[in-house]
Amino acid sequence: MKGMSLIVRTITRLLAGFILVYGAHIVLYGHLTPGGGFAGGVMLACGFILLVLSFGKEGALEIVSENAASAWDCIGALLFLFIALLGFTGRYFFFNFMGKGTQFDLISAGTPMWSNIAIGIKVWACLFLVFLMLAVFRMRDEG
Amino acid sequence: MEFLLYLLLVFMIAGSIIAIETRDLLSSVICVGAVGLGLAIIFLLLGAPDLAIVQVVVEVLSLVLLLRVVVMREDVTIAHRYRYGEVFATAVALLFFGVFIMLAAVAYKQMPAFGDPLLKVSQNYIENGLDRVGAPNLVTAVLLDFRAYDTLGEATVIFTAIIGSLVILRKRGRIRHEGNEPHS
Repeated sequence: MKGMSLIVRTITRLLAGFILVYGAHIVLYGHLTPGGGFAGGVMLACGFILLVLSFGKEGALEIVSENAASAWDCIGALLFLFIALLGFTGRYFFFNFMGKGTQFDLISAGTPMWSNIAIGIKVWACLFLVFLMLAVFRMRDEG
Repeated sequence: MEFLLYLLLVFMIAGSIIAIETRDLLSSVICVGAVGLGLAIIFLLLGAPDLAIVQVVVEVLSLVLLLRVVVMREDVTIAHRYRYGEVFATAVALLFFGVFIMLAAVAYKQMPAFGDPLLKVSQNYIENGLDRVGAPNLVTAVLLDFRAYDTLGEATVIFTAIIGSLVILRKRGRIRHEGNEPHS
């Protein structure tokens, strides 16, 4: 799959960083403001899909290859499960074992923030893989 | 507010009908996107910004995927004539649709009023959520603390679906080996 024209590539170079930063913000502040792991993860995936569409397959796959995206998918899912299992250090599965901290601080409320990060990684890798499977793999066959 | 909601609902129903009935795949995909964005505006009007964000972003992503994957493949426009069996099937479908609407109207009278949920535990979450979890966003507090099991199940479903389709669509399985030719 080839990239698109110079205009699209220049605009993408300007915008992709903002989209990725906004997605990361939605993930990190998911426990304070509307949003969360799923929405932020989809935004991150959208940023990467924009990169693939404008720069072509090779340019974007240098940043995250198919195998790396698959690995990040597994890492996110296992991280979420690990956070859930760490609750046994307190009392039960999914126990909020961390301190609550000061309300409205970034690092507060214990596990929900870290679960959000894990879900964000997972959803980002998942949806990026969906795009790769449906668009790029098929284009490879058709030349 | 009520009027705007009904307007959006009519818009979404019209978009769905056009998406089914139109012959052009591109118009159909764009109509599906319009329906999703209408749903996002409804979520926003009803005071659910979390849902609205997710709806908008997922809608954009699925629109891009459908445009890139579906429309690029040029197998469209199947000639279509109504045959006898299809007319019978449509009549039966309409009959069951009518029965469903009647039963739904009966059931609808039994339901609690709009914005007055039957589940009284939600009031407890709203009152004590901030103190017990410490997260100001109550949606996150419910999703990742009170009801974290459900979120784990949801994450497992997505994970399994993606890994399964990755196995089926992967590169290595798509190379044709000897003795692996498709049936002619």
